Amino acid sequence: MSTHPTTESADRGLLADLPRLLLLSVFALLILAPYIWMIAVSVKPQSEVFTSSLSLIPKQFAAAENYGKVFAQVPIGLYLLNGLIVCLGILAFQIAFAVPAAYALAKLEFRGRDTLFAFVMLGLLVPVQVPALPLYMAFANVGLLNSYTALIAPFTISVFAIFLFRQFFKAIPDELIHAARLDGMGESSIVWRVIVPNALPAATAFAIFSVVAHWNDLYWPLIAVNKGDYYTPAMGVLAFRSQEAGEDYGALMAASMLVTAPLVVAFLIAQRRFIEGITMTGLKG
Amino acid sequence: MADAALTDPSARAKQRAPARADTSGTVVAWLLSAPAIIAYVLMLLAPALAMLMLAFTDFEFGARTFRWVGFANFAEMLGDRGAMAAVRNTAVYVLFVTPISIALGLLLAVLIDAGARGRTVFRAIFFLPVVSLTVAMAVAWQYILHPNIGPLNAALRMFGAPTPNWLASSEMVMISLGFIGVWENLGFNMVLFLAGLTAIPRDLYAAAEVDGAPGAWSRFWLVTWPMLGPTTLFVVTITTIRSIRVFDTVAILTQGGPNKASEVLLHTMYVEGFQFFRMGYSAAITMLFLAVVLVLMLIQTRLIERRVHYG
Amino acid sequence: MSGIVVTGVSKSFGSTRVLGGVSLDIASGEFVSLVGPSGCGKTTLMRIIAGLERPDSGRIEINQRDVTSIRAADRDVAMVFQNYALYPHLTVHQNISVPLVFRRLSAMERLPGVGRLVPGTGARRQEISALVRQSAGLLGLDELLARKPGQLSGGQRQRVALARAIVRQPKAFLMDEPLSNLDAALRVQTRKEIVEIHRRVGASTVYVTHDQSEAMTMSDRVAVMMGGDILQIATPEEIYANPVDLRVATFIGSPKINTQTAVVGDDGHVRVGHEPTGLSSPHRGVVTLAIRPEHLAPAASGQVGAGLSCSIDHVEFLGDSLLVHTRAAATSETMIVRIGGTNRAGLTRGATLTLGFNLTAALLFDAQGKRAAMEPTAVASAAAPERRVAHG
Repeated sequence: MSTHPTTESADRGLLADLPRLLLLSVFALLILAPYIWMIAVSVKPQSEVFTSSLSLIPKQFAAAENYGKVFAQVPIGLYLLNGLIVCLGILAFQIAFAVPAAYALAKLEFRGRDTLFAFVMLGLLVPVQVPALPLYMAFANVGLLNSYTALIAPFTISVFAIFLFRQFFKAIPDELIHAARLDGMGESSIVWRVIVPNALPAATAFAIFSVVAHWNDLYWPLIAVNKGDYYTPAMGVLAFRSQEAGEDYGALMAASMLVTAPLVVAFLIAQRRFIEGITMTGLKG
Repeated sequence: MADAALTDPSARAKQRAPARADTSGTVVAWLLSAPAIIAYVLMLLAPALAMLMLAFTDFEFGARTFRWVGFANFAEMLGDRGAMAAVRNTAVYVLFVTPISIALGLLLAVLIDAGARGRTVFRAIFFLPVVSLTVAMAVAWQYILHPNIGPLNAALRMFGAPTPNWLASSEMVMISLGFIGVWENLGFNMVLFLAGLTAIPRDLYAAAEVDGAPGAWSRFWLVTWPMLGPTTLFVVTITTIRSIRVFDTVAILTQGGPNKASEVLLHTMYVEGFQFFRMGYSAAITMLFLAVVLVLMLIQTRLIERRVHYG
Repeated sequence: MSGIVVTGVSKSFGSTRVLGGVSLDIASGEFVSLVGPSGCGKTTLMRIIAGLERPDSGRIEINQRDVTSIRAADRDVAMVFQNYALYPHLTVHQNISVPLVFRRLSAMERLPGVGRLVPGTGARRQEISALVRQSAGLLGLDELLARKPGQLSGGQRQRVALARAIVRQPKAFLMDEPLSNLDAALRVQTRKEIVEIHRRVGASTVYVTHDQSEAMTMSDRVAVMMGGDILQIATPEEIYANPVDLRVATFIGSPKINTQTAVVGDDGHVRVGHEPTGLSSPHRGVVTLAIRPEHLAPAASGQVGAGLSCSIDHVEFLGDSLLVHTRAAATSETMIVRIGGTNRAGLTRGATLTLGFNLTAALLFDAQGKRAAMEPTAVASAAAPERRVAHG
């Protein structure tokens, strides 16, 4: 019975479905508007951009010009690379730190466990912008501003990851761990060779969540970095805009396209995983 | 008692297990958690405490000394037109974005779930804003909302409607930012509601039909809305917290202007701390920000507990 | 005659044909089971009767009213679901009252809060309350009215579902495997309660189940479905003793009916291997001989009457009887015999046994599984050459 779709939908012909589809399409167009315009403007020459017409198709194709300008004026490739390094670096550390701790909290009995967990929960309450000031001062004093370290370090601790993995690990049957112990594995091996392979869905979900969140991050990079070499993609766009004094919208849109495209393409390819990732973390939390 | 316990093999095993965990188990557990703990202390706990302290000083970055000023920073906040505007505007933004993005998210989820056609496509489209770089999209909005060359005003002009300066007029700026906020958030909410909707057992809808529910609306009130209760609560909390953290659009599009009309908490924090380097004052604002977030989470936990007890 | 009349209903989901032109005539107040293996279409048929699915073709009449194009809410049927489908956020009292609320209160009156201000509402709501309490009382739920489904056991939830179904005296009851989520003891008890309620309320009932013993013990008539068709619909006795299809014969009855491949020779005699069975048929060729375990008995040596030589595989002790699993020597197909009493003399593994059978109870099916005529061969005692086969 649960395999039956909602009672009428299976029988609903295309005609009866049209109002619903129409309404959805209207909203879809509204949501897609910025993207459509972004693409359209990124291939328009400046002259056309300033005519304020509503036409989407350019009379003159200026893609090479606009995109070329972006590549010439800012090292967009470098920024994208920075974004990649920072996000992957953050993710790697987050998992490396969170997984063993989550395992301990989930599966091991030890003194102070509840206190530790209380601190974890406390950490969930504190938004990431709160420690920013003192961290900035600390990094400044040791001369670590404008570096990958500054961009990655503050995020290496993700209490959310600890919380999420703990939930997941709790669901893994104890027998698996006892069998591993009997086989002679030390706790560390158990974590990485037994637990993690079983927690891949959670790990993938978290990975997606983390990468999306940090690719998008602006607040901290804005604070920690003011040298072009270390700009993240987000800052790259801002930098480009300030250079251009925001007048050349064509090139600006081209820059936006370039930095947004990677994640969007990844999303379109692995849609289900993305959505599962972001909602699974949401619902579990 | 001891004899009986010793002869029962399972009881014996239970007696042994905690003993083992107590000694080596504890050490191992703390070792496993060590990296996380260190990072936690360095990156979260210590800075947060430092923040708390800073709020009571007049420290400015680069200065050699500082003074303890008690609650002076907080007093200044109350009198600071900019800070108060930030509080007001953030509240307005949250009260605008939260209900609208939730209602729309729910509407879209219900529409998508009502049929099999187009589910994947529409879900992807509405979710796009979530995975798109906020900065890049903000810049796109800057173009669209441009008073002279932007397509929105061009369209309005065609119909002879008024063409306000969306981002530079103090009346319209929060509304504009609010709409962008709704645009950013509704895909996320939609997806959460979709997950909640698919968890509703289909039999309940069949039962409602057989019981005589006259139409989609009554089925919504009888089955969908009550079953979405926990999801809705969660969505409200998440959206509220996400909207309180509004920063990117303000920093990129308006810088708090015109004349503090779009100043928000996080932006003030940023400006005071990293443009004026008034660390003490910025810390005080941060404390306010934290307090608001904590209160919200507290309310949510209370509400969840109430549901759990009565559910 | 009022009741439920299904005529020529077909339904396909995509390219899968789930129902192929099914017809069914249920008299007013009759209890009919739709029984069959999963995937046979019984649930789909019931959902079509309820109005939850629309048939691709055919008609449904309930109480002489053509309801084929009328939606479920207006058909005046009640349904009990396998997973109970109780509204989790409503109390037991509120759950039971839902069908009445929708039918007796207008949309205005149903509005929360404001609805109570509509004149006349008070009286109507009191009527509803009284009916709810009556229905709940019938099912022993008086103490539980203020609880929510989450606080009830499986059996209690099922009773609430039943109370909700009977509260508005519907024209037809539809039950979709209501007992399959209960444990065995509870199932037997609730079975009785359902039959009792049916008797009291007197509405036509369609009961879907995959458990043939449930169908047999509860129904006035049983409809056996397979592959989207109703193979046979008849009283339990008729279905048991006179199945028209081999599939019906093997589906109904526990332990399963014994089947043996047999051949009808040119002389019309039915033989298993080379052993005569004492049965003849006008049909010719390869057939299936079927006989229930209780219609077999060990033949004493020298007894007049045909028997099959078998060897014993295994004996099961049931308390009041024995189930002997044997293997026919001629075909190596199994035969199960039910022997009353507990005397196991001579019944050991490997021992040989001659099984005689009740000639009038045996059934014959042709190569397509359809019932074929058969009768005991006219006895012409001493001269019958087949009797040469050794017995015992």
